[in-house]
Amino acid sequence: MEIPYTVAERPDTGLNNGKIGIWLFLASEVMLFGALFASYLMMRIGAADGTWPRGDSILNVPLATVNTVVLISSSVTMVMAWASLKRNDFRKFRLFQGLTVLAGFGFLTIKYIEYSAKFHHHLLPSTNTFLAIYFTLTGLHGLHVIGGMAINGYLWGPGSKLWKTDPEHFTNRVENSGLFWHFVDLVWIFLFPILYLL
Amino acid sequence: MGNHTDIDRQVRTYIIIFVTLMALTFVTVAISRLHLPVHLAVALALTVASIKGGLVAGYFMHLISERKLIYWVLWFTVSCFIAVLLLPLWSHFDPIHN
Repeated sequence: MEIPYTVAERPDTGLNNGKIGIWLFLASEVMLFGALFASYLMMRIGAADGTWPRGDSILNVPLATVNTVVLISSSVTMVMAWASLKRNDFRKFRLFQGLTVLAGFGFLTIKYIEYSAKFHHHLLPSTNTFLAIYFTLTGLHGLHVIGGMAINGYLWGPGSKLWKTDPEHFTNRVENSGLFWHFVDLVWIFLFPILYLL
Repeated sequence: MGNHTDIDRQVRTYIIIFVTLMALTFVTVAISRLHLPVHLAVALALTVASIKGGLVAGYFMHLISERKLIYWVLWFTVSCFIAVLLLPLWSHFDPIHN
């Protein structure tokens, strides 16, 4: 059975099903990260003076800054991949989509280096509350990066066959996966100053 | 498929947003070097992060030209998030005195 409105806009909402679906999913993600984020802010503001470690005294700010640059760049390559499809330029789509996946690998590699250094110095989630919430938030974010890379990698590789048979449907898929990837970038934009710089 | 001229204009906008995001990233790091009091530092960090987040959501996620239904979904979510943020703050500033 064919699912209706995968490409065409629904007459009642003016949106296709995929677009509504991804935004509802992102709304649930806002609450998932939002609850953890609110918990962090409460503990940070409520901590007595001098009892809460500054992020930059424990964490590696230059590496995190590089990671921020990497993730923001990947958001641009993601949106350029979508724009390339809108221009009917499939080769450029492959280039930009490939760069987005590579940037994801770069981000995770830097995160691995950071985590390794922490474990090497016996800075574990059980060490203190700050590190507990640092590992929870960045670990959850890292899982989202892996998820986004899997989707983007699929659309770069085997999933791109759809372009030949139904280009508009494929472009919609790339747009929706892009929305998820931008959300992952957006979460990091908030995590970076809150965890590393305060 | 979209109009090529429109897409070209959008691509130029994406590049401007990218440069702005990079600049704001370095502004964020620079602010942290000022070692401000924690409440002010949190407020400033969240302000800059909100501007950056707004640019990503508005332009990369095309929220600036999205349908009303999406705005309603997001307003509802943001309201719930603010409630999540304010409820514990309410209890924090209204402690039980023995």
